[in-house]
Amino acid sequence: MVLIFAETWNGQFKKSTFEAVRYGAECAKAQGSQAIAVVVGACDPLVETLGAYGAAKVVHLKGSDRFEPHAYAGALSALAAELGATQIVVSGTANGKSLAGVLAAKANAGCISNVTALPSSYSPLTVQRSAFSSKGIEQCSSATACTVLVLVPNTLGTGAAGAEQAAAEDRDVAFLGKSTPGAAQVASGKIPLPEAERVVSAGRGLKGPDNWGMVEELAAVLNAGTACSKPVSDIGWRPHSEHVGQTGIQINPQLYIAIGISGAIQHLAGVSGSKTIVVINNDPEAPFFKAADYGIVGDAFDVLPRLTAALKAHLN
Amino acid sequence: MKILVCISHVPDTTAKIQFTANGAALDPAGVQFVINPYDEFGLTKALQLKEAHGGSVTVVTYGDASVEATLRKALAIGADDAVRLDGVPTDALQVASELAAHIQGAGYDLIICGQESIDYNGGIVPGALAALLDLPFVNACIGLDVSGNSANLLREIDGGKEEVSASLPLVIGGKKGLVEESELRIPNMRGIMTARTKPLAVTALTGAAAATTAVSFAKPAPKAAVQLIDPSNLDELVRRLHEEAKVI
Repeated sequence: MVLIFAETWNGQFKKSTFEAVRYGAECAKAQGSQAIAVVVGACDPLVETLGAYGAAKVVHLKGSDRFEPHAYAGALSALAAELGATQIVVSGTANGKSLAGVLAAKANAGCISNVTALPSSYSPLTVQRSAFSSKGIEQCSSATACTVLVLVPNTLGTGAAGAEQAAAEDRDVAFLGKSTPGAAQVASGKIPLPEAERVVSAGRGLKGPDNWGMVEELAAVLNAGTACSKPVSDIGWRPHSEHVGQTGIQINPQLYIAIGISGAIQHLAGVSGSKTIVVINNDPEAPFFKAADYGIVGDAFDVLPRLTAALKAHLN
Repeated sequence: MKILVCISHVPDTTAKIQFTANGAALDPAGVQFVINPYDEFGLTKALQLKEAHGGSVTVVTYGDASVEATLRKALAIGADDAVRLDGVPTDALQVASELAAHIQGAGYDLIICGQESIDYNGGIVPGALAALLDLPFVNACIGLDVSGNSANLLREIDGGKEEVSASLPLVIGGKKGLVEESELRIPNMRGIMTARTKPLAVTALTGAAAATTAVSFAKPAPKAAVQLIDPSNLDELVRRLHEEAKVI
């Protein structure tokens, strides 16, 4: 069977969770086995609803509401061993990435991260992954009885939700952590960048932090996350949490709009997983145009408000 | 405080990535190798902690003799000694097992890894190492304060950050924020001279097996040329995003 870590945040499923469940369900279908999702802690929606994305069953582990890598990995590896899991599917969110290595070692499982496709073979398990900061595509195989697969979020999609309900089973388990989570700060009303389907990002071409209102207006129209280049976060115009690129956050949105960003290779390393890239820059020689699908050579202060208006007109 | 910094020897960010003719491996010809950028933040943090609390900073990597230049660079930046686990790694669990064998019983208070290496982008070693050593683990670590036997840490979570406390010894997967970019150290002449005589131990492997195998590598399909759109006709961009790219 295929086990899926169904991550929640504040009692709600993350969008990446539906994607992971769908992936696990497709793996199970290809092997003629069953997809079982694991929910940990408080969960407001009925866990049975994960059936809509292909889970046959959901095991709901009670006893912890805060993520801790050892605690979660211990509970999941015990369940994987009991159920005889051949794959454990985890989405590559912040918590998913924290969990994966610990889980792999505890479950004595090979681990393939950065997965960007369904397995091409199950014997041995072989799957495509991204490497060299999106400059390479690797086919990787695993020789262990169970393999942990860590998905790049936003890559394979959730598929259409069906009407099926999964069977549900509640369990009380002991969570044995080795660290103590404290206060968490999450920007309210903002879309977390790794799961944003659209991202609007700006760089030094915006000339100062006071000009970010234009970027936020465009993002609001598109229901997009906002991001920035490294120089902008280094000089303190925007918080580090918005820095996308190598050493910052890696994103894989459907649409990435970059304004006044030259496109240094370190920036491209974090954004080249984007499906469609639009670059707006007044320098026609900006290297980012080579990596873009659509380009506008123009002044951000002129183009941005008009683009916001044009998109607003279209989306209405 | 006895600190170990685990270092990856990786192609420079700006390197052109090519694979050997059959796609079996990275072609290292003409590639400049550097300390993994995520590890540089950890190395600088380790040196700052040593300056504040006393102790030592050891750097370790797993590789053949070709990685020694990278270890010497870490020594030139300020590490006290270096260890090379002698072999060519092919898998994250194998790396974690060999590192764990080296660390077991060596008395390190803090083990700093980068959250991922920029070559294979696995991100698996730090967590697997913590599990094998049965030590607390904080990934995507962007803040670390040590006081006595305990540590207060900050980790990045989706859309924000979270405080974590843990006791030493512990393992972190670090990234920018652990120190700022402006605090990163570069080797000076004196550092480069003294690095030549600092100890660099070569240690035999324990023979840990690889759990996964890279079957083949390929480069992504080249991107089609950019479609430039007249800035006076933004409706055309909106139309193409809707009709061609189907993203709005």
